[in-house]
Amino acid sequence: MTGPQLDPNKPITRPPEPWRQRLIRSLLYGRNVDRAAKARARVGLAMIAFGGVYGIIAVRLIMFAVNGDTHAERRSTRDAIATARPDIVDRNGAILATDVKSPSLFSEPRRIIDKDEAVELLTGALPDLDGAEVRERIMSKKGFAWLKREITPQQQRDIHRLGIPGIGFLRENKRVYPSGAAVSHLIGLTNIDNQGIAGIEKWLDSNGLADLHRAGFASDRLQKPVELAVDLRVEHALRDELLKAKAKYSAKAASGLVSNVKTGEIVAMVSLPDFDPNNPKEAHDPDRINRLTTGVYEMGSTFKTLTLAMALDSGKANLNTMYDARYPLSYGKFKIHDTHPVPRPISLTEVFTFSSNVGAAKIALGQGVEAHKAFLKKVGQLDRLRTELPESAMPIVPKRWGELNTITIAFGHGMAVAPLQAVMGVNAMINGGLLIPPTFLKRTEEEAREIGKRVIKKETSDKVRYMMRLNAETGSARQAEARAKGYYLGGKTGTAEKVVNGRYSKKQVLNSFTAVLPMDNPQFQVLVMLDEPKALPETHGFITSGWNAVPTGGNVIARIAPLLGLEPRFDLAPSDRLILATSKVTQ
Amino acid sequence: MISREQRTPLSEWWWTVDRLLLAAIIALMLAGVILSLAASPPVATRIGLDPFHFFNRHILFLVPSIIVLIGVSFMTPRQIRRSALVVFAISIVLILATLLIGPEVKGAKRWITILGINIQASESAKPAFVVIAAWLFSESARKPEMPATSMAIVLLMMLVSLLVMQPDFGQTMLILMAWGSLFFIAGMRMVWVFGLGATAAGGLLMAYFLVPHVAGRIKRFMDPASGDTFQVDTAMEAFSNGGWFGLGPGEGIAKRSLPDSHTDFVFAVGAEEFGILLCLAVLCLFAFIVIRAMSRAYATEDLFSRFAASGLAILFGVQAAINMAVNLHLIPAKGMTLPFISYGGSSMISLAYSVGMLLALTRMRPRTEVEAIDAHVARTYA
Repeated sequence: MTGPQLDPNKPITRPPEPWRQRLIRSLLYGRNVDRAAKARARVGLAMIAFGGVYGIIAVRLIMFAVNGDTHAERRSTRDAIATARPDIVDRNGAILATDVKSPSLFSEPRRIIDKDEAVELLTGALPDLDGAEVRERIMSKKGFAWLKREITPQQQRDIHRLGIPGIGFLRENKRVYPSGAAVSHLIGLTNIDNQGIAGIEKWLDSNGLADLHRAGFASDRLQKPVELAVDLRVEHALRDELLKAKAKYSAKAASGLVSNVKTGEIVAMVSLPDFDPNNPKEAHDPDRINRLTTGVYEMGSTFKTLTLAMALDSGKANLNTMYDARYPLSYGKFKIHDTHPVPRPISLTEVFTFSSNVGAAKIALGQGVEAHKAFLKKVGQLDRLRTELPESAMPIVPKRWGELNTITIAFGHGMAVAPLQAVMGVNAMINGGLLIPPTFLKRTEEEAREIGKRVIKKETSDKVRYMMRLNAETGSARQAEARAKGYYLGGKTGTAEKVVNGRYSKKQVLNSFTAVLPMDNPQFQVLVMLDEPKALPETHGFITSGWNAVPTGGNVIARIAPLLGLEPRFDLAPSDRLILATSKVTQ
Repeated sequence: MISREQRTPLSEWWWTVDRLLLAAIIALMLAGVILSLAASPPVATRIGLDPFHFFNRHILFLVPSIIVLIGVSFMTPRQIRRSALVVFAISIVLILATLLIGPEVKGAKRWITILGINIQASESAKPAFVVIAAWLFSESARKPEMPATSMAIVLLMMLVSLLVMQPDFGQTMLILMAWGSLFFIAGMRMVWVFGLGATAAGGLLMAYFLVPHVAGRIKRFMDPASGDTFQVDTAMEAFSNGGWFGLGPGEGIAKRSLPDSHTDFVFAVGAEEFGILLCLAVLCLFAFIVIRAMSRAYATEDLFSRFAASGLAILFGVQAAINMAVNLHLIPAKGMTLPFISYGGSSMISLAYSVGMLLALTRMRPRTEVEAIDAHVARTYA
């Protein structure tokens, strides 16, 4: 740039700007502007912009602080995992289910530094761990993953000593069932998170315990134990006898139930095969369902009790009403046979003791289809029976109920109910006529009378008692009487032919024996069922109920009657005098 | 010594320098020391060094940094201009040397080793360039007959093309933003503001389509499922874990898995161990430094000082803002260090140089001196 030398004292005069530069300048910065003032304003603008940007960053930081999952939050979720359940005790206070604290192994995969090493050490310490699964869990990006629930304190110590970062333990409540398989079906079981998934355990959850857990109150607090009606001693004796019988007769399944006739309480319930609730894997086997509540069966002759009671209660028949059961009963193309037809007309009592299908069918026909249906509805055989147990089954009832249905249902075929349902019905026939819903919880007689529904007259009930006792004195229940003398028992056998490939089979039967004791003042009903018992030399090739279910029932009664507080009495009169005569007096 | 009675260079410096700004910078350096202690040992162990390797070097570089910082803050604007020119020239030479003989690390040539020290020449080029650009813009305002703006554009093109050749898009972006801001402050017409904005957007779009890894990063930001977002995820988690008060010193876990925990992601590591309150404090320090420096620039009469101080403050502030925003997943991942907090030897000295100039330019000066300079400049060029 060349120009004349200026005297520093002279005012500064600038040389004229080249036109090109002026153009660029005015294009870039505008014309006639005070650049200094403009610059100042723009610095101010830049400051505001920076303030905004830093403000956004600050807001984001604060959002993280407010929404972040803090330590306190994480701790509370951990506590919720280890939920506690109340103890479950039997009617005498013996513990059926309780909580035991045990450590569980978890990992926080993000915290594990050397994942390969961790997998190797852990599978070394716990050989039963699935290596591939553990690897997958540890390699995940999760913050928390269970590795093994409920390990032993020794294992915990060993793993702790390995010093793997990102591996930890939580003390959890583990549900323990000291009585093992004895109460399996009744008590149900819990899952790994200590939530009830079956039986009474599930009932507990659906009745407020789960809510309590959710609110966070149920952890580690002493909770009132839940008292059940079951008697562990009776349960054990029943199960023991059923196990023996199942083995002896090579039966597919065996089940039994003891219920209090006056209160509806279930004192014992066993369904074999059962499972150990401490080992939940077994419980999923479909063969191990609870046959007394979840299964439905044609109950066979046991149903005759209901049929005859219906006839007696209607007043259209009495104990001495005669029925001709010499010949098979024909209905359309079907013929109803009796196994051992009696070559003379028989009384209603004899229909019961001989267990005549033809007789029972004629009795039912005498009442008519609608009355039969209404009666069964009244005694709760047509609807699903609901108890505390979540498991229940809908009875299988013919959709179109004609005379043929009435004929077969009269002797317990053509309709399937849950055995517990039949027990409830029979209870009502002998306890004076009150239908009392069964319960697994404790119940007093007063409570039972309040909720009980009268379904038959007391006199009818007396007559049914007489007939049932007669069965033990002269009928099919003699073998039980022989084994349990002095308890004045009575009962009804049932041999239901099972449907195999659409036909009733002679070889595969479901046998049942319903016993009541003592017959003069009924207190307990005992049901024994054997599924497909095989013939033995000592049964002379017979597979009917009287040869297997009845003796089993006798054995059961001989063992449990003392536990139930029943005294043997050996000087009692036969039923016609003790029951029938006193009944007539009360009339 | 620092008495007002005698005019010594030291007392003069003490009474004119912005002591609050100085205090904030020192506080930031201290925060850097604490966070380095938290963030660097896991990285050092991971690559097989002594756990305190990075920490020791951090302290080691702090000493010359403070000397540079104080030393530079003694300079007059004139000296700053001249030194900037020298530093810029040296940096350009070094960048060229890097391009020619520097080793290639992760696909880029950014480092050159001189006397055992790894030097990233672009770090020192940045502040020097900003000062020179500020000077050119101030000249263009004062002496319209000088083709200052054109020279500023030429310088920018030169530096940017060198940086793109490395390639170093982070630094390029910073340079462009600082230069653009300076141009804006220098009084560019609004038409051009929008024009430049559009150009920047176009450039970004071009980068998106032409440079695969830029595209990848933006895609991952928009849709985290589309690729590996491990670093950002871990950083997010670190903030969440920390909460207001942090897990406590040494309790953090993000630092164990974050590869750049002592450099790019030191902010997240700090949040996890010391809490978001500390992060807010650091954020406030940055905001204070930037806004304080700019308000001093706002107040000064000297155009060069105003431009240079704002330019340096913007450079510093934008770098910090980008780093924190990346840490908080507000913008796509971009490797950028947090000034004075992240580890990095040569970058720390460059920062000290940069902030030293900021201190020098925001010193209070008698108006006469400013006018004298003005007059002198006018004389020189007239």
